[in-house]
Amino acid sequence: MEPVYKNPKTLIDTPTHYCPGCGHGIIHRLIAEIIDDLDIRGKTIGLAPVGCAVLAYNYLDIDMCEAAHGRPPAVATGIKRVHPDKIVFSYQGDGDLAAIGMAEIIHTASRSENITVIFVNNAVYGMTNGQMAPTTLLNQRTLTTPQGRNEKYDGYPIRICELLATIDGSRFLARTSITSPKNIIKTKQLLEKGFKSQIEEKGFSLIEILSPCPVYWRMNPNDAMKFIDDNMTTTFPLGIFKDWESQN
Amino acid sequence: MSTEKNQKLLLTGNEAAAEAAIMAGCRFYYGYPITPQNEILTHMATRMPQVGGTCIQVESELAAINMVHGSAAAGARTMTSSSSPGISLKQEGISYLAGSELPCVIVNVQRGGPGLGDISPSQADYFQAVKGGGHGDYHTIVLAPSSVQETADLVFDAFDLADCYRNPVMILGDAQLGQMMEPVVFNKKQNPNLYKKPWALTGANGRRKNVIKSFYPVKGELEEFNAKLQKKYRQIEAEEVRYEEINTKKADIVIVAYGTCARICKEIVKIGEKLNIKIGIIRPITLWPFPCDIIRRVSERVQAILTVEMSAGQMVEDVRLSVSGRCPVHFYGRTGGGIPSPKEILEKILEIIPIKEKVTCAT
Amino acid sequence: MTEKVILAGLGGQGMMLLGRLIAQAVMLDGKNVTFFPSYGTEVRGGTAHYHLIVSEEEIFSPVIEEADTLIMMNLPSYLKFKNFLKPNSLLFLNSSMIDKIYNEMCIDIFRIPATKIANDLGNVVASNMVMLGAYNAVKNLVSVPTFLSCLKNVLKGKKAPFFEVNKLAIERGAEFIKNSNLVNSHQLH
Repeated sequence: MEPVYKNPKTLIDTPTHYCPGCGHGIIHRLIAEIIDDLDIRGKTIGLAPVGCAVLAYNYLDIDMCEAAHGRPPAVATGIKRVHPDKIVFSYQGDGDLAAIGMAEIIHTASRSENITVIFVNNAVYGMTNGQMAPTTLLNQRTLTTPQGRNEKYDGYPIRICELLATIDGSRFLARTSITSPKNIIKTKQLLEKGFKSQIEEKGFSLIEILSPCPVYWRMNPNDAMKFIDDNMTTTFPLGIFKDWESQN
Repeated sequence: MSTEKNQKLLLTGNEAAAEAAIMAGCRFYYGYPITPQNEILTHMATRMPQVGGTCIQVESELAAINMVHGSAAAGARTMTSSSSPGISLKQEGISYLAGSELPCVIVNVQRGGPGLGDISPSQADYFQAVKGGGHGDYHTIVLAPSSVQETADLVFDAFDLADCYRNPVMILGDAQLGQMMEPVVFNKKQNPNLYKKPWALTGANGRRKNVIKSFYPVKGELEEFNAKLQKKYRQIEAEEVRYEEINTKKADIVIVAYGTCARICKEIVKIGEKLNIKIGIIRPITLWPFPCDIIRRVSERVQAILTVEMSAGQMVEDVRLSVSGRCPVHFYGRTGGGIPSPKEILEKILEIIPIKEKVTCAT
Repeated sequence: MTEKVILAGLGGQGMMLLGRLIAQAVMLDGKNVTFFPSYGTEVRGGTAHYHLIVSEEEIFSPVIEEADTLIMMNLPSYLKFKNFLKPNSLLFLNSSMIDKIYNEMCIDIFRIPATKIANDLGNVVASNMVMLGAYNAVKNLVSVPTFLSCLKNVLKGKKAPFFEVNKLAIERGAEFIKNSNLVNSHQLH
């Protein structure tokens, strides 16, 4: 009997190091499916961040490079300039991209570097046990905001898509989530659009994915998904913020 | 500019470094403005498009060194340059490059420090360059030119050394060498494809995937990797030491100096003859690997060694380690943009070695 | 033979170009040369200075501590560099911009109204070339044909029409020295 559901070829069959209920596994799978669908495994080069996804190269069967914390867009630029015909993407968390790597992401967008950035926003530093991220919601409790994030003391969460939308070089910007099969399918479509933007040489694309971190949100996985739908999306509304297709 | 082979050109050290990189097949340069190395960036901005290369004026030194990381990982010859404060910013990236065993060239046109310091010549980044600079057990190969011609030659060689050992190579110059104009001839043959790079990221088409990383979280793996690195460093120490030796055979005193300081010291060898003092010079060209052996050998037959630097005394520590007490090691240095003059150095020598016969000291 | 020259003037008086062209010309004539421009924060309006060493032997220290020649285009430059003079130095002054100075070391001073001569030629920016003509008439460091071919390389395209006036300026500078009997005469003011 022909299997109707199987592992993507680009996804390596290996035990995961991610926590139960984590969103990274779903997103890795989506990337692998798209690489298979577009048949670009042999010409794709990925960037792993510093953060929970540092070991992304253990799961994706493609050429990959690790980058220092926050620097994947710069390293991706260096690769893409050497190989303009290859598909280059960076995979980054909120600490990596929106805190220590803010300068790199803004200037990579401003150069409209023809790469795709996959920005996984889970509103917390997971790898270092749950400190405040630049995207931590107001009143959200973390190890470094034990009373909840207070705007007077800790500042406000940063909205990356909205910020990058002010930059002319940004060509495709979207925010999505993986809280339901419907949202996962939508996320896959947006990711695919990101990769296609690059293939068609449209310039810089970024897809922000709201993703659960049940362990450091101190919730069970179901509540974590509900937290995204009920709380995160009010601060980080889903949608498309820049699209070269509708602009033309 | 035209760079026909064997044509004599009048260039600044900075321009010569940039042009030599292009001649060596470097097509990816990333830089940020900082005096006194701006001419490298501006030269590249003009020249790279002419040769089908890329020059990006980046948002930060961090971006520059990480773009170098990317282009090196992608298998290309790549370079960045800066001056002292900017090189400090690049150190994290240099550690990652060394840890990922990526070949690249980094030019440091040293200026005075610490902090913002000033823009005048200095050699106060020696420790940073040869003792690591960033975190972890690693070395960059460090080459120290002392003329504009040698800057061009060493930048050229740096790309070969980097590819040969899969290791970052640093050119440690200074503001004097970077800003000064001298005649240069580019006479080396370009051979950027000498070294195959099967490890490079090119897309895993028809082969197993390549991963460039410096992260070894499984216990034991990192120690094993470090052992491999150290083995490589021992090989570099055995095979790549370079130095210039002048007059050391019968010298009473030998000066150890590099770069601009070495040039100045050469001036007093002749003055020493008039005073009946035989002065020799050892000029390290590789600062790492350091020419320990020749200094040790010379230390067995001279009265004293004098180290001259534009710093408060950095290389002198490596000289002392090489000498290991076989003879006295003295130091003369200037800091903060001060350049030692031949007169000052001679006075220091006369302090160490009294004149044998009564000769009037006419400097 | 080693000649150590410091050239200095107001930014914009063309000392950089002059020094670079001399360096290029002597290089093409087979001599060793180092040319060290001032760099950094001194831009237009400031004092720009250049150290030039020409030698038939290898040049070791590129730093000038005692100059054989100073070519000074304005008073602030002279005041800044007079301490580099030694008893047998030559001093070339742009007398259009440097008034009376006290010749404390009793050295040879050549006062050339370079700005005026260049102005009379219709191009005030050629004052640097007047100074070269004067300097070379005394020291004969540079082969004028080689220098002119270097100059021609710089004055290309839109700048090509300026070649003739620059060439004339060099000649006028040399003539000024020859006509004024200044060579080897100590002047006190």
